[in-house]
Amino acid sequence: MGKRVAKEVSIAIADAVKLARAEVIAAYPITPQTHIVEHLSELVANGELDAEYITVESEHSAISAALGAVATGARTFTSTSAQGLALMHEILFIAPALRLPVVMVVANRALSAPISIWNDHSDIMAERDIGWIQMWAENGQEAVDLVIQAFRIAEDRNVMFPTIVNIDGFTLSHVIEPIEMPDQEEVDDFLPPFRPKYKLDPRKPLTMGPVGVPEIYFEAKRAQDEAFRNSRRVINRVWKDWANRFGREYHPVETYRTEDAEVVLMIQGSMAETAMTAIDKMREAGKKVGLVRLRVTRPFPVQEFRKAVAGIPVLAVIDRALTIGGVGGPLGTEVRGALYAAARRPRVVNFIAGLGGRDITVEDFEEMADRAAFYRKKRPKEAYEYIGVREV
Amino acid sequence: MGKDQGMLPWKEVPFGLYILEPGNSAQFKTGNWRSMRPELDKEKCVKCGTCYIMCPDMCYDQQDEEGYYLVNLFYCKGCGICAAVCPKGAITMVVEEV
Repeated sequence: MGKRVAKEVSIAIADAVKLARAEVIAAYPITPQTHIVEHLSELVANGELDAEYITVESEHSAISAALGAVATGARTFTSTSAQGLALMHEILFIAPALRLPVVMVVANRALSAPISIWNDHSDIMAERDIGWIQMWAENGQEAVDLVIQAFRIAEDRNVMFPTIVNIDGFTLSHVIEPIEMPDQEEVDDFLPPFRPKYKLDPRKPLTMGPVGVPEIYFEAKRAQDEAFRNSRRVINRVWKDWANRFGREYHPVETYRTEDAEVVLMIQGSMAETAMTAIDKMREAGKKVGLVRLRVTRPFPVQEFRKAVAGIPVLAVIDRALTIGGVGGPLGTEVRGALYAAARRPRVVNFIAGLGGRDITVEDFEEMADRAAFYRKKRPKEAYEYIGVREV
Repeated sequence: MGKDQGMLPWKEVPFGLYILEPGNSAQFKTGNWRSMRPELDKEKCVKCGTCYIMCPDMCYDQQDEEGYYLVNLFYCKGCGICAAVCPKGAITMVVEEV
């Protein structure tokens, strides 16, 4: 078993990429992702990681170079945040359609304007439709584990889809945590070398990315959607194998103290840990509150999610992103969509909180739980409400 | 059109829509894009080969036993360049019958 060490989470992520024996890294530095790619460039420069580090002039080039690299059969990593992710946008759709399994860590950060380097989920929530597997870490250990797992999931011949691991910028990327780093032998045993069935090779030419004329485009997208939905089987198998080897369990939907709960909070990312502290406090005061979170938002685990919340009276979905002019926050809207056809479903109330680095405190979670409990009897007037914004 | 011309059901779409066979663009029929078809008047033609040189799709790549250039209607998109450049006015564009 590996050693438990105190590490900055960004450094630990870079070390996890090294343990995964990434062969190509193409990245452009942007706050708060910077420490990840800085440390990777040091590892490559020092000869500690045998990889090509491609310095590029933008994130559009970073993801383009990454796709070219992975297409040749090289294990490839990149990382970005906010405006960088947005600049990648058009290429992000191409990766899954061409079945190119690059792994990317997104250090979540608010999108401009106003310009902000601080954390929320507006960057990734604007990329819900790109067709990548999207996983979420809430602490440093999970970030390390998910990055290593991401390569195995993405590169599985029954998956072959690019994968994002979301980590909160600053509140996770820049904190120092005790993390158990797996040994190299353990990772080598878990993660076989990347051997795609098809790759760009001049000795055996093939075409990736031909035009999809109207006669075939629709069928190609239908096939892509089906293959993507099937990836959930591999994801679950990999997590089971991980639990057997390392003793840490991962599930598509994870719950905390939801048994007998009257109100369940739902939030993605590192602030779920603050929510748990608030839940422990409320439980001590006799309030029946729990927590649910999605380990993976793409593919959205509809059945597991419906099952997890079936008996709950009120579900308070906390969005850290805004869908201006929409019918709710991005997560709230998806949750309502996932539950609409469910036989048993909770009343869903939606809060917008923690935008642009605004902290969500234990007291904020208590306030949301209290409001949600109130809405058990009285339907809320608005589709969503704000928490933690100054009114006066 | 059927499966032989790429009209595959979605379950039979190749992985990633890859094309595994190199150089297969020759199999791609562009002749059905055509609304006008070039017609040759052999009385006027002097077999100079201007149509062969100027055709952007190299459709006049065959000659018959008398040396007249033949248009390959599998590829010809009916652009009309051959008719426009023919020094003898031997090529006329006619409406393609459907």
